Amino acid sequence: MTPVGRILMSLMDEAGSDLTLPELLCRSAKRELDAVAVGLAVMAPDSTSELVAASDQSAHELEVLQLTLGEGPCVEAFRTGRLVQLAELGAGEQRWPAYSAHLLERGVGAVFAFPLRIGGIRLGALDVYRTRAGALDDDDLSLALHFVDAAVVVLLHLQDPALRDTLGDRRLDDAVDGFTTHPEVHQATGMVSVQAVVSLHDALLLLRAHAYVADRSIIEVARDVVARRIDFR
Amino acid sequence: MSREQLLATTFVELADTLGDDFDVVDFLQNLAERSAEILGADAAAIILADQRGALRVIATTSHAARDLELQALATAEGPCLDAFHSGEDVVNVPRTEGLRRWPRFLSAAEDLGYPSVHAVPLRLRSERLGAITLLYAAITELTDDDRALARALTAVATVGLLQERTPRQREVLADQLQAALSLRVVVEQAKGVVAEWAELEIEEAFALMRAFAREHARSLGAVATDVIEGRLAVGDLLPPERPTT
Repeated sequence: MTPVGRILMSLMDEAGSDLTLPELLCRSAKRELDAVAVGLAVMAPDSTSELVAASDQSAHELEVLQLTLGEGPCVEAFRTGRLVQLAELGAGEQRWPAYSAHLLERGVGAVFAFPLRIGGIRLGALDVYRTRAGALDDDDLSLALHFVDAAVVVLLHLQDPALRDTLGDRRLDDAVDGFTTHPEVHQATGMVSVQAVVSLHDALLLLRAHAYVADRSIIEVARDVVARRIDFR
Repeated sequence: MSREQLLATTFVELADTLGDDFDVVDFLQNLAERSAEILGADAAAIILADQRGALRVIATTSHAARDLELQALATAEGPCLDAFHSGEDVVNVPRTEGLRRWPRFLSAAEDLGYPSVHAVPLRLRSERLGAITLLYAAITELTDDDRALARALTAVATVGLLQERTPRQREVLADQLQAALSLRVVVEQAKGVVAEWAELEIEEAFALMRAFAREHARSLGAVATDVIEGRLAVGDLLPPERPTT
């Protein structure tokens, strides 16, 4: 199984408690990345927040604070679609003075904000807060990126009413695989967005729903769209 | 342009990586195209480590090259993988040995019309970034000069990606590579949008965006981003219709 598949399976094992999947993911990331807090913000296209999940109360406050102030690594990662790294948080941080002051007060030494996106589809950001300063080493970066990919899969599932209650094994690997190595899925997303006159985001959900209902893999369905054997008009 | 002129131009392009508008996708696409041109290959493809412990196809000059490299990654066999893992050139491998080392890859390459395949790693000392594959439609042995040239091109490209980025080198590279992977997806999404609007095949849609980007001296990634964000209408990509006489 892929590392992302492994993360998702472990989340499924814990599901059923009072915690949501995004919350479970934040907790798991916090443990494995030696972080003091991990937060996840799901954003609407206009940068307003729709939903926040966090590893614990303090992470929740940090996320809400960023969104209230309208500044911080998470907001920036979402807006630019780029990885934002504050490896050496110190007094006099120029970019986000108000937010940084709050972080220092809480003993945070470094923040890393990863955009959650599938090409042009922007879903939100994952924030990793650490006590000690310093860049992520290769292993931690790799692990963090696996959590980012897992978060993207979880968010898409939550946005899809047909799939909300299921994370079946086959679909799970299919989902992970489809977004990373199969350009047809992205090409088909673009085509469906034109056919159905919807955003890329909604086009991807349509593709997934179609695959689910037809009990086929999203990759097969995407190939049919690209070959113009299926039309979403 | 003579080979010397082409080489000189290419080295200048590959060394220019510190500008604000630097675009990793364009840079690697350019490396693939120029390498193929300079080394007389019929197609080229570049795979890149994605910092998740996996390799991705990041730039290709043809659909067939892309499919071959995707297959190489899926089956974990091929010259590109050997070059990446060993850090050494994989060139002039005899066919019998090739069939033993990469049976599925070489059969697929031959089926697609590329009987000769060579690969060179993209690395700087211990830092391994990826590898480039050169595909030839005729049986082709690379000369020592060709090999030296291939190494020089990949070395300049690798230095270009890693240069002068210390002490934030790793951070910046991490961000750029992630952005490159996302931009790759944006380009695929934009291909779909353009293909559907203009009733074209995916490959034709790609050619249209690429031609537009070249003509307006913009990066492919920037054009694709404008397409999916609606800043660029697909109609604007189409060349003006010639008046019929």
